[in-house]
Amino acid sequence: MPERDLKQVEAVLSGRPAPDPAAWRRVRAELASRAGAEGLVDVAFERHDSPLGSILIGATHEGLVRIGLPTEDEDEVLAELARRISVRVLGAPRGSVTEARRQLDEYFDGRRTSFALPLDWQLTRGFRRDVLRATAQIPYGRTASYREVATQAGRPAAVRAAGTALATNPLPIVVPCHRVLRTGGAIGSYRGGAEAKARLLDLEHSA
Amino acid sequence: MQARTRSIATTTRHPLGLPPFARVVEDHGPALLRFCAARVGHERSEDCFQETMLAALRAYRDVHDPSAIRTWLFSIAARKAIDAHRASARLHQPTDDIEAIAVGEDPAVRDEALWDDVRSLPDKQGRAVTLRYRADLTYAEIAQVMETSEPAARRNVFEGLKRLRKDTDHART
Repeated sequence: MPERDLKQVEAVLSGRPAPDPAAWRRVRAELASRAGAEGLVDVAFERHDSPLGSILIGATHEGLVRIGLPTEDEDEVLAELARRISVRVLGAPRGSVTEARRQLDEYFDGRRTSFALPLDWQLTRGFRRDVLRATAQIPYGRTASYREVATQAGRPAAVRAAGTALATNPLPIVVPCHRVLRTGGAIGSYRGGAEAKARLLDLEHSA
Repeated sequence: MQARTRSIATTTRHPLGLPPFARVVEDHGPALLRFCAARVGHERSEDCFQETMLAALRAYRDVHDPSAIRTWLFSIAARKAIDAHRASARLHQPTDDIEAIAVGEDPAVRDEALWDDVRSLPDKQGRAVTLRYRADLTYAEIAQVMETSEPAARRNVFEGLKRLRKDTDHART
């Protein structure tokens, strides 16, 4: 019967080829490298395994622009990058990200006490950027108080605003906001969780 | 504070909130790859897919309507598939051998043979059938991709199916 045959044709067409995750990964990686080679990727990112968990490392052509800690949702971080920098965000290789991964590995191994990486500060501005630049000057293994970084940034009374700047640090670990403690030495809060902050401080004290 | 704000020269902010392109690749990439495979065959499907995605990425910042991303991508893929067809038209083999395989036992081989028949359909019908069954687009979406009306999209799918049924009958006799 013609009617039934039409249904058969439809049934065959509706069948799904078995998904092949390995092939998909390969195709996606090739797209990333071709897009990168053509200069079509404004923000390239990779995920990197660290002792804190998997972190996201994003870079523009200028330099490292965002480090996402394991507590942060990847979709939200990528949406923020799309909204604030460019929608051309792609998981793609980039020299500065590769170099950041290498230096982070050394840091977590206790073999590196400062980072030498190009940074793109565009996700922070004004007083917040001043606070983070002051924070970037705190040496490895040392700590400062929120009041001290507020003073360094030029507004000694803006302790609370300094706290906000540190809480929204787009480049944690590399810009060491974990080295800023409450007056009196209480550990204070951290975007990646107080436990991660304590862990970074321990690492720097024991290395 | 204003003076400190760096201008974003090479990039564009989007008022309507386009998703990051990485999201687009994850959400629509697998269906686009399936569509390409159905339209140009497995051998050339990856080229078709890469051409589609690179073209999409080049133009992505100018997309105005985030809700139309899916149909926009399939429009690009359909064009790339036609380009690939034109490039290889001379090499196209007659389908007699494939139809002979169509009566075979292996369902995978039979399904592949049917998709070969889809590729031999008139272009509009073949595209419509593929968008419907490989990419799971609605008739409204197919109409958008093919720049036609929804009834016309339905008709293209239906006419395509009828012709495929004839081909199948023919192969079985």
